[in-house]
Amino acid sequence: MSETQKIYDFMGLRKGAAIFSLVLLLVSIGSLAFNGLKLGLDFTGGSLVEVGYEQAVELEDIRDKLKGSGYNDAVVQTFGSPTDILIRLGSDHDPKLGDKVVAALQADESNEITLRRNEFVGAQVGEELREQGGLGMLVALAMIMIYVAFRFQFKFSVGAVAALAHDVIIVLGFFSVLQVEFDLTVLAAVLAVIGYSLNDTIVVSDRIRENFRKMRRGTPIEIMNSSLSQTLGRTLVTSLTTLLVLLALALFGGEMIHGFAVALLVGVFIGTYSSIYVAANVLIAMNICKEDLLPPEKEEEVDDRP
Amino acid sequence: MLNRYPLWKNLLIAVVLLLGALYSAPNLYQDDFAIQLTGSRDIYTVDESLLSRVTSALKREGLEIKNAELEKKSGLIRFNDGETQLKAKAVVSRVVGDDYVVALNLAPSTPDWLTSLGAGPMKLGLDLRGGVHFLLEVDLPTAVAQKLENYASEIKGKLREEKLRYRTVTSRDDGSLAVKFAKADVRDEALTVLRKEYQQFLLTSAEENGSYFVVFNLSEQAIRDIEDYALKQNLTTLRNRVNELGVAEPLVQRQGRNRIVVQLPGIQDTAAAKRIIGKTATLEFRLEASPGASSARTETYKFRSEQGRKATLEKDIIIKGDNVANAQASFDENGQPQVNITLDSKGGDLMARTTRNAVKRRMAVLFVEDKERSVYKTVNGEPVVEKIRFQEKNIISLATIQSVLGSNFRITGLDGAGESSELALLLRAGALAAPIYFVEERTVGPSLGAENIAQGVTAVTWGFGLVLLFMVIYYRTFGLLANVALSFNLMLLVAVMSMLSATLTLPGIAGIVLTVGMAVDANVLIFARIKEELKNGLPAQSAIHAGFDRAFTTILDANITTLIAALILFAMGTGPVKGFAVTLSVGILTSMFTAILVTRALVNLTHGGRQLQTVSIGGVK
Repeated sequence: MSETQKIYDFMGLRKGAAIFSLVLLLVSIGSLAFNGLKLGLDFTGGSLVEVGYEQAVELEDIRDKLKGSGYNDAVVQTFGSPTDILIRLGSDHDPKLGDKVVAALQADESNEITLRRNEFVGAQVGEELREQGGLGMLVALAMIMIYVAFRFQFKFSVGAVAALAHDVIIVLGFFSVLQVEFDLTVLAAVLAVIGYSLNDTIVVSDRIRENFRKMRRGTPIEIMNSSLSQTLGRTLVTSLTTLLVLLALALFGGEMIHGFAVALLVGVFIGTYSSIYVAANVLIAMNICKEDLLPPEKEEEVDDRP
Repeated sequence: MLNRYPLWKNLLIAVVLLLGALYSAPNLYQDDFAIQLTGSRDIYTVDESLLSRVTSALKREGLEIKNAELEKKSGLIRFNDGETQLKAKAVVSRVVGDDYVVALNLAPSTPDWLTSLGAGPMKLGLDLRGGVHFLLEVDLPTAVAQKLENYASEIKGKLREEKLRYRTVTSRDDGSLAVKFAKADVRDEALTVLRKEYQQFLLTSAEENGSYFVVFNLSEQAIRDIEDYALKQNLTTLRNRVNELGVAEPLVQRQGRNRIVVQLPGIQDTAAAKRIIGKTATLEFRLEASPGASSARTETYKFRSEQGRKATLEKDIIIKGDNVANAQASFDENGQPQVNITLDSKGGDLMARTTRNAVKRRMAVLFVEDKERSVYKTVNGEPVVEKIRFQEKNIISLATIQSVLGSNFRITGLDGAGESSELALLLRAGALAAPIYFVEERTVGPSLGAENIAQGVTAVTWGFGLVLLFMVIYYRTFGLLANVALSFNLMLLVAVMSMLSATLTLPGIAGIVLTVGMAVDANVLIFARIKEELKNGLPAQSAIHAGFDRAFTTILDANITTLIAALILFAMGTGPVKGFAVTLSVGILTSMFTAILVTRALVNLTHGGRQLQTVSIGGVK
């Protein structure tokens, strides 16, 4: 890093960035509309049995055995390792399901099987969780919009919420396009993305506000560029440390937390990008100017301007 | 002077960190493998003599005991490893028999001096400890319908008593009861009588097709009371059953209007848990056998709460528990304890028919439970435990019939309020509660739980290590100071979680990992500012001062918004997700403290109050 702050021409790329964002959003929304999310057990309801084998087994064998025992709708997949098998069933509640499935699989099988996990979620509970999840996200966005409008200025809160919505839609789109399972922990991760991305956006907005007040000369675009350049180091360092821990979580945290780590990894990438391009772009598009950011006493009067 | 904290501020930080160290310390002690011994009923108590019988039996088997102590109503025996614990369980079960519950357990081994300060380890969630989680839904509409049926039979009785001729009492689909009369004047008279008696109903009169009606509508409040009662009854029954399992920290809790959560952490025999939760107790009302009755028509049973006492009863059952609508302990007009029993209409009819010819005889209530008995055998030299299921029937009440009984009667002559409430509880436990359904069930095997912890710890260690390394390389001396603060942050996070007795879940661990990554943000903001000010030509001390000062509002804004997201997550989340929200929120608060105050104090101690030519913060000469 040199002695004087280098100013990068971020806003020169803003049209390209806008197109890039638009493409990502369209792909995400399209996929969400046509493919939907591959919802996990938490949201769909149904049963799940996780069993551990001593040695690796053929999934086909397991499927055949389950069919033979009358579990025709069983979805069988490995879970993290070839010896760990996840079986999803659409069946109603049966407190002995886990034991029954193990017994069915254990028949003529020398490989010892242990029941690791057994979950059942009623269809109604799943529906409630879906509703609550969607509602939670909307409430989070609304509350944040209010806080930012109160602490900064209305245009900033539009920028911040646009950046958040952008991030959330793209993370959801990622899960939809790749058909990665979306469960409660992933939903928690998406809400954490909201928190993280916002954190980034706030830091950038804070600097933009400061520079608008401080820098006498310069067009809004120049002020944006120098603000973004000044915060770039911090944005990259924080994203890097967060990505480091998420990488550790994705690699070592085990299968149950994998979706969570992936959602946040995608979210942090997108969040970092959006704090540079989306929030600032929206501010430019809304013609942010010095008058918007005069000291708070006059804010009310300013707010009334068209 | 620039960059010096006053003494009180340094002391305050030191005190907070010291408390943090103290309250996070219990988490360093690993849980002991233990066996918990509890009586299956109140009359079986765990005392010194039983405990010493158990310990000497264990010693004879050559099993090493770490510690054995009496707790409230139960005994806790600790072992050094899981293998001994499992062997010991078999031995202890054989010694104490089926009157006691022997449960495997993990007991915290917090030293006494820490416990006396109120410190204890974090609780581990089911996904980390293994265990069972059930969400049960109580069928409230059925509960209300059942209650209405009871009212219908009560109303009939009342009208008969008052000699008011009615045609029918029917419950309608809209949840109301309609009493049909042939004559209008009888209806009007009945209305006055009934209105006085049934204040929980809204009574109206109506005329349809030449018949006269009194229509009963339950008030909103009355419906809510019935629902509440049904839910509480299920809660009590479930609690009693769960207690039988001898689980260390069971949770049986109402959730929302019509749901009950049951959590049994650390349970290893999940099949047994499900069986006991799902099992039913019931009641049988029978007459005491007449002195000369033939033994082919009688059976002898023990009393449940009085050891040694027995009574001989007729084999014929008058009514069963599913005819009992309610049982409530109260006091009679002389202040003596009694239990009021309400039967449904069918039960009332049967009771009246039998007791008509049995006044002055005695009637017994049998409590029937499905149980398991362990039988210890030796097959091919290997000790084998065989579980035999059987029904246990005990007498919970034997009382003289004073007059012909109907749908409502009472049991008096009880020994005190304690006995009456115990009897009412047993009657209700055996009565048909509103039906319950499982709407969610999660079972996590203990091995998976242990694996989750191991993976979580690995992830935290790696994430933490990578961040520490990066900070030192990128920010040099200041990075080192930030690392010290980050370590304190982790310690405080654990301390606060322990103090709140918050539950740590797998997503909670993910929250800790995420906090580690994001907590450095505050330091990064401060350091970036300091670098900037240095570039702008400020002298070292002023740059440090300005850096901390000007980054503060940014940090505050950024953290508050993240906190909003975390709080919403907490409010709407359940179970594991809530665990994540808790660690995230606590992490944000502790990281603000450590990043702003602790780092500042460290910087002040190392850099403050002296002439600085250079600042080792990386990237600036």
